[in-house]
Amino acid sequence: MLDKDGIAKRIAREIKDGYYVNLGIGIPTLVANYIPEGINIVLQSENGLLGMGPFPFEGEEDPDLINAGKQTITTLPGSAIFDSALSFGMIRSQKVDLTILGAMEVSEKGDIANWKIPGKMVKGMGGAMDLVASAKNIIVAMQHVNRAGESKLLPECSLPLTGVRCVKKIVTELAVLEIVPQGGFKLLERAPGVTVEDIQKATAGELIIEGEIPEMML
Amino acid sequence: MINKVVTDADEAIRDISNGMTLMLGGFGLCGIPENCINALVKKGTSDLTCISNNAGVDDFGIGLMLQQKQVRKMISSYVGENAEFERQLLSGELEVELIPQGTLATRCMAAGYGMPAIFTPAGVGTEVAKGKEVRNFNGKDYLMEAAFEADFAIVKAWKGDTAGNLVYRSTARNFNPVMAMAGKITIAEVEELVEVGELDPDHVHTPGIFVHRIFQGRDYEKRIEQRTNRKAEREI
Repeated sequence: MLDKDGIAKRIAREIKDGYYVNLGIGIPTLVANYIPEGINIVLQSENGLLGMGPFPFEGEEDPDLINAGKQTITTLPGSAIFDSALSFGMIRSQKVDLTILGAMEVSEKGDIANWKIPGKMVKGMGGAMDLVASAKNIIVAMQHVNRAGESKLLPECSLPLTGVRCVKKIVTELAVLEIVPQGGFKLLERAPGVTVEDIQKATAGELIIEGEIPEMML
Repeated sequence: MINKVVTDADEAIRDISNGMTLMLGGFGLCGIPENCINALVKKGTSDLTCISNNAGVDDFGIGLMLQQKQVRKMISSYVGENAEFERQLLSGELEVELIPQGTLATRCMAAGYGMPAIFTPAGVGTEVAKGKEVRNFNGKDYLMEAAFEADFAIVKAWKGDTAGNLVYRSTARNFNPVMAMAGKITIAEVEELVEVGELDPDHVHTPGIFVHRIFQGRDYEKRIEQRTNRKAEREI
């Protein structure tokens, strides 16, 4: 079973040289820590920055320089700054190669819900609806089950949707799964020490198992 | 050159009255018009509709206006960690229209570019699409989203000249340029007000034609919401 950093580390292996990548809040932010050596990418932050650098050293924070998670950050040589409309222009016109975000629920059709629990919690969608509606490639970083042990990989989402039929791949503490075009979670890899049966038990939506399922490389 | 200078925030907001619609620039607490928000809180103008990506935090920014119940309706993309905003939203005290961030920016842009509406794929198939026209272009569905109409746009820039030309700094730019173009009346508060001729025309982000009133703000707090640091090099 993977911890949050393990999930981030596994997702980092999906990133190819030359990618422009948008990272959501939470586990996706950790992915930046595990970009393999020799892979050059540019991080896009939808509040208006291309070329997001690491967090600043203590005492060097600039209140005018934050990421979409409102964290203090830095720029890098070659960074560019722009307004919010232009930022979503590059997202909508698919200049961003990969979007990595968190989810409360994902359906076997690739629907995603991550912004609201009616009557209980409203975070807002922020830029997530724009990102999932336009991104060429979307990877979801999430926990396979909720605190009550209920599956978050479902036949249909029960929460208000963020986007429909958009998720391509999911990395959880248990597995790497792909959404296939006809619907269903195709099991690609198991987390270390996790069995196919464990994954089956934690998946409420249709799980597609073909042949031997390898343990993931980290 | 036309002079747009007013003395301070109180003068800039003098004719903002109850029931008006305002656009307020900023992302989180970054690049918000602190002086004008404080002046609105002091004045107590109420029944406002506020278009702003966020609503500040409990005790800073638009959060101060929420505390005083000056806002009838918020149009935002993110509630986040603002407990009072979430409480008023869930209890129904505050009318809230949550819309995708790109849609928010582009509806401002449309207003500033003189276009009545835009089409975006964001929100298709979700509750954001309710009651909106869906149009199919090249096999993909898009929502028609109307340009915003705002009585006032209130923005914050780094530098500005007396003719209203604006330059923003770093990610404090965010929504400010598109909102500056979109208000019937646009108020700009700046950290440094300079004479005409001091800004390089090539470096102006918002041309002065969009700005009706400008003043040099004071006592900027520039509060940081999520102070995040990396460990010192030697510890890695």
